[in-house]
Amino acid sequence: MPVPTADPTARTFPAGTEPIVRFEKVTKRFGHLTVLDELDFEVAPGEKTAIIGPSGSGKTTILRVLMTLVKPDSGRVTVDGQYLYHRRVGDKLLPANQKHLREVRKNIGMVFQHFNLFPHMKVLRNVTEGPIHVLGVPRKEAEEQATDLLEKVGLGDKHDAFPGQLSGGQKQRVAIARALAMKPKVMLFDEVTSALDPELVGEVLGILRQIAAEGEMSMLIVTHEMGFARDVADRVVFFDAGQVAEEGPPSKIFSEPENERTQAFLKAVLEH
Amino acid sequence: MGFDLLPILLRGMWLTVQLTLVSAGFALIIALLAGIGRLAPWRPVRWLAGIYVEVFRGTSILVQMFWFFFALPLFGITLTPFVAGVAALALNMGAYGAEIVRGAIASVPKGQIEASIALNMPPALRMRRVVLPQAFVLMLPPFGNLIVELLKATALVSLITLPDMTFRGVALQQTTGRTLEIFTWLLVLYFALAYPLTRFVRWVEKRASAFRGA
Ligand SMILES: Nc1ncnc2c1ncn2[C@@H]1O[C@H](COP(=O)(O)OP(=O)(O)O)[C@@H](O)[C@H]1O
Ligand SMILES: [Mg+2]
Repeated sequence: MPVPTADPTARTFPAGTEPIVRFEKVTKRFGHLTVLDELDFEVAPGEKTAIIGPSGSGKTTILRVLMTLVKPDSGRVTVDGQYLYHRRVGDKLLPANQKHLREVRKNIGMVFQHFNLFPHMKVLRNVTEGPIHVLGVPRKEAEEQATDLLEKVGLGDKHDAFPGQLSGGQKQRVAIARALAMKPKVMLFDEVTSALDPELVGEVLGILRQIAAEGEMSMLIVTHEMGFARDVADRVVFFDAGQVAEEGPPSKIFSEPENERTQAFLKAVLEH
Repeated sequence: MGFDLLPILLRGMWLTVQLTLVSAGFALIIALLAGIGRLAPWRPVRWLAGIYVEVFRGTSILVQMFWFFFALPLFGITLTPFVAGVAALALNMGAYGAEIVRGAIASVPKGQIEASIALNMPPALRMRRVVLPQAFVLMLPPFGNLIVELLKATALVSLITLPDMTFRGVALQQTTGRTLEIFTWLLVLYFALAYPLTRFVRWVEKRASAFRGA
């Protein structure tokens, strides 16, 4: 059970559980711009965390650091008990090599704002690609799994379509199936509905709600859909200027935010 | 119309076709190796590939051919005219092809690489399954042009004693003096080879890009 603490910005973290993701003093700069500023941040196993905040505040960068798409300048990132960017050799910490990255990265999956499906592969291949060629799952088994996943995202009839023949909402649902097929412990969603026409947003959010309800997988969801965040998230993190400005259960963040910047942000978003 | 000239010219044409196909095959392999080499994570490989490309693009193909045929024997390596011709054609076109390969790989959207990292693909698999198949479609049009260039450049082998179409034409012209007919036939015959080639490349390109628009 979550243990509430006195500090309003502190995590309500299940006692005795190791976090699945931990950022310790992680800093990332692009030129003179400090995007992550000694960020401390944790995610519990199975937790659904919504990350909200103004555009340009570094939300995407957090996910990209976790996915090893952007290397932080300093600090430590831990995933499931292992350092992501460092490896232990004896009592020394060395920079991660390709082998180490691949070992730790298998815990993480990501769904992108712009889908990034493989355009030269049919839908079914997009979903079986990782399991077959990365995890070594036998083709037949991978195809059965992909069939189930496509069924689940409502695209059971699209196996043989190329991504170019699908709508944005359908593409994003394939991308979700593709990421799920790798069975990650942590899944990252970067504004997965912002590139969609408004009438297609619902179908994708519906799938996410369903996945969230299923359980074990931790989800880190960057989103501007406040209603969705309120329903799905165990915890909402308001992110501003490279740091966590405020966090807590959705009921608290959305109803009685304490931080001025959270208040201002929510006011702006909800009036919009 | 000089149809009587045709049998001899056609014999040369067959050699021209062989030279084109064999050189194109090697050029393609060299282009892929050097093009990928220029993007390799290892500096010595990038460096070697870069030197190769710059040297072969930066010097005359005819001089390269002469060098393989006339200069190499001075080092004790004697190539047959066919081998020397293929070597020069393939290495020269391979250098241009390498730039095509490099450009095509570089223009595969970054999101594709990010998606394959998110699937935890190792770099070689990323290249083979995600980047190259997409880059390949982008390479086809410039490669088509390159092969047509290659076809036309095969005429140079006539200068290292290979009896290709041009060689036969020049020989015929010297013996018969029917200059206008012979050289007009040569133009027609080169075009007859190049045009279907262009059409074929366009057809392949269309088929290969059927998935585009994603
Ligand atoms: N590769 C990059 N190079 C330079 N600046 C970048 C890069 N990626 C992000 N930024 C900058 O970092 C800031 C934070 O970006 P981002 O994490 O995408 O914010 P958010 O997702 O919250 O909108 C922005 O100002 C953005 O322009
Ligand atoms: Mg963003």
